[in-house]
Amino acid sequence: MRVELTVNGEPQVADDVWEGESLLYVLRERLGLPGAKNACEQGECGSCTVYLDGTVVCACLVAAGQAEGAEVVTVEGLADGDALDPVQRAFLDAGAVQCGFCTPGLVVAVHDLLARTPDPAEADVREALAGNLCRCTGYEHILAAVRLAAERGGEGRS
Amino acid sequence: MSETRSEPGAAAAGTESMRIVGTSPAHHDFVDKVKGSLMYAADWRMPGMLHGKVVRAMVPSARITAVDTKTAAAVPGVVAVLTAADVPWNHIVERASGGLGELSVSMPVLAEDRIRYAGEPVALIAARTPQAAEDAAELIDVEYDELPGVFDAEAALADGAPLVHDAGNTLITWNIGRGDVDAAFASADVVVRGTYRSQRVEHAYMEPEAGVGWVDTSGVITLRVATQVIEHAAHLAAMLALPENKVRVISSYMGGGFGGKEDMTVEPYLALLVAATRRPVRMVWERQESILASTKRHPFTMRYETAARSDGTILAQRVDIVGDAGAYPYLSARVLFAGAALACGPYRTPAASVRARAVFTNTMPSSAFRGFGAMQVTLGYESQMDRLAAELGLPRETVRERNYLERGDTIPTGETVGTAVAVRETQRRALEALGEPSPPSAPGRKVGRGFASNMQPYGRTIWFRDKAACWMSLERDGTLLIRTGVTDLGGGQAASLCQIASEVLGVPLDRISIHIGDTQLTPLAGGTYATRQLYMSGNATLQTAYELRDRLLPVAAEVLGAAPESLVFAGGSVSAPDGGTLSLAELVAAGEARAVSAAHLGEWRAETGAFDPDRGQGHSFPDYTFGTHAAEVEVDTETGEIRVLKYTAAHDVGRAINPMRVEGQIQGGAYQGLGYALGEDVPVVDGNPQSTLFAGYLMPTSMDLPDVQVIIVESGEGKGPLGARGIGEPPCGPSAATIANAVADAVGVRLEELPLTPERVLTALDAARDATPPAA
Ligand code: FES
Ligand code: FES
Repeated sequence: MRVELTVNGEPQVADDVWEGESLLYVLRERLGLPGAKNACEQGECGSCTVYLDGTVVCACLVAAGQAEGAEVVTVEGLADGDALDPVQRAFLDAGAVQCGFCTPGLVVAVHDLLARTPDPAEADVREALAGNLCRCTGYEHILAAVRLAAERGGEGRS
Repeated sequence: MSETRSEPGAAAAGTESMRIVGTSPAHHDFVDKVKGSLMYAADWRMPGMLHGKVVRAMVPSARITAVDTKTAAAVPGVVAVLTAADVPWNHIVERASGGLGELSVSMPVLAEDRIRYAGEPVALIAARTPQAAEDAAELIDVEYDELPGVFDAEAALADGAPLVHDAGNTLITWNIGRGDVDAAFASADVVVRGTYRSQRVEHAYMEPEAGVGWVDTSGVITLRVATQVIEHAAHLAAMLALPENKVRVISSYMGGGFGGKEDMTVEPYLALLVAATRRPVRMVWERQESILASTKRHPFTMRYETAARSDGTILAQRVDIVGDAGAYPYLSARVLFAGAALACGPYRTPAASVRARAVFTNTMPSSAFRGFGAMQVTLGYESQMDRLAAELGLPRETVRERNYLERGDTIPTGETVGTAVAVRETQRRALEALGEPSPPSAPGRKVGRGFASNMQPYGRTIWFRDKAACWMSLERDGTLLIRTGVTDLGGGQAASLCQIASEVLGVPLDRISIHIGDTQLTPLAGGTYATRQLYMSGNATLQTAYELRDRLLPVAAEVLGAAPESLVFAGGSVSAPDGGTLSLAELVAAGEARAVSAAHLGEWRAETGAFDPDRGQGHSFPDYTFGTHAAEVEVDTETGEIRVLKYTAAHDVGRAINPMRVEGQIQGGAYQGLGYALGEDVPVVDGNPQSTLFAGYLMPTSMDLPDVQVIIVESGEGKGPLGARGIGEPPCGPSAATIANAVADAVGVRLEELPLTPERVLTALDAARDATPPAA
């Protein structure tokens, strides 16, 4: 089947999509956007987190067909060329990145969290990120990145 | 800082105080990571790429009677189906003991007649689409005669146990011993005993095993894979019956490894499919496949007997360790050696008798995992220290302080500890940082505290004669290019090397580019494992940078008309005391004019030594990193649940090259240790894993644990570059013993088996209640 959708502001068409194919597969394998990661394909790790019509989802759990006509934003859509999104900048500055495999999903999840709650309480942050597994950091620098991004608030891109 | 250098090199010129080392700049790969643009192994694509798949046996012990691939080969889109008969040399060879007495057991790349664990590879498929490969895999028909298996290491030691390999079930027995142990036990005031068990643990790196292979120019089989060790290229050449210069392995930046990408994962299968099809092939393991078939941390059974005087001074220890190697050797011999060598921990043990055996079972193989045998034994020796304190009615701190190793002490292998031992300071500071005790949050809940110190080697077992090389060139524009065969697990391995080179040569970090992990284009550095990379490649980079600087110094001195030792390399130029400066670009040109090259290949060799397996004495590891973790926990005596309230972790890192990354390593390591302590387990029943779902594997999320408060101790002394010690593995060691000790403090019951699940807590509480007569 054919799926038409908008990804990071660009109209895209994926052909020969098979039954049961996930949005994650379409993004990574058909549209050349490997930013969202495949770490479990079971909805357990959050590495594949993207925006679907403004809501964050695990792209591995979304059937490609469900994304027909949808507006998708991936981690690749957050930076403006070399200008990083404030969340990305905060991840760098707070040392929230080690191997980086969880990072794209976390960056999108935090981007969404701060868009909804600009100054979240610690417990809310922990809860919001509980679906994003990270095996390297122990989360602490990630939480610090969220605080840093929240503090910097509307400082915009850097 | 020339006085801390491990090799004599340049004169005093240059870097009196650290400018770059000791700061925490973000490196280029981190920028790519936050943008999602770093190309991990599975992100790589090649034109006309096929999709590779491993077909695995799903029985733990069987004889193969027939393999039928015809139906599978007929599936549209299938390009190749391979079985054992198609492998030119069907062996994966590990001589992990380095020839010190392990059984000679061959591991086939693809099973021939025997299946020894559920998940063992039997066939390979390459197809045009992943679905076709998947469909074909279903249609490979393997007929088996099931055989009795053995699924537990202690059962495998029994007489008459089914043999996993004809050669026997014990891969190796290590004995380490010194002093008159029996006499020491006879003269002791007190003896404490315990048997401790650890479980099978999944690395659970977020990036599953993956790679892409292709045939490159001049027929070189090239693999770009997530691997910690590119040097496996030589094994692949042997397997393919090709000359070693016809196989190239490139390591992509890894999404975590923790030892699980130290042995080959997808490499042999990819190489075979590429060689057979002559087309690019990608192989990506699904998470379930990864949990089913990847190597695990060895479950250990550890029997300890500790003899001491009434003041707490240790006289002797007897330790017996049995490690479950799973079905094939991999690195088990070396893991059990580390367990044996470190079994007495950071304590003076005048007499010791340690035996450690690696034993085959019909389960997925165990191999390297952060901590590498030395972490499992922490539960043993640190539980014993608490037991000893309880037995003698002494504070837990006191008993340890009486016995902590000091510089110059002899350890059970007969070696002398040569560098500073700051374990006392880590203990003091970890405990201090816990602050005021917390009250229980409800009736029926009890709060307790515990701590554990550890000692973890960094660098390879030294009889392997380790070395690392680095090739560095100042380009004509004054930028620096570093090439070295290190692999980057995500610990910032490449970035740290840039910091070291920047420090010495004064090239700003944004003017340094590093090319890593490529057997044909980078000088080999040995893999990234055994917390060796900073020690080895760090020293290689430091030495290469010094040698390059030494070579260019006379040129700069001549141009600037100043004494070589007065020159400073910083900020992209060389400056003289009189204010004269020469940019690095000008320096390169001045060198060229004098036929002095600005490129240099350096090699650094680690100290070497030998171990005598018969005497159980000799050289083991280059050096150690010491640390202490402390925790406050609350135990719910109704539900058995353990809540960690506070957690602190102190390690002596010698010198922190990049403090933020050191902190990140310690936090992440402690979290892995806590997951291991509290819930992580890969239960295997009769050889069959009970779950291969991520959902069934309980590793910590952001909700489960408190922050780890990190204390970085810098004794200034270590054998790494500029006095650094390795910190990759050490921080996951103390967590389990720390929590077990805190639980014992809270509820008065000692748990001896990991993970410390609520069920185990309740069982232990019940047993203790039954054993205590009701109060009158
Ligand atoms: S890959 Fe989608 S949640 Fe793990
Ligand atoms: S940084 Fe490696 S998984 Fe999070």
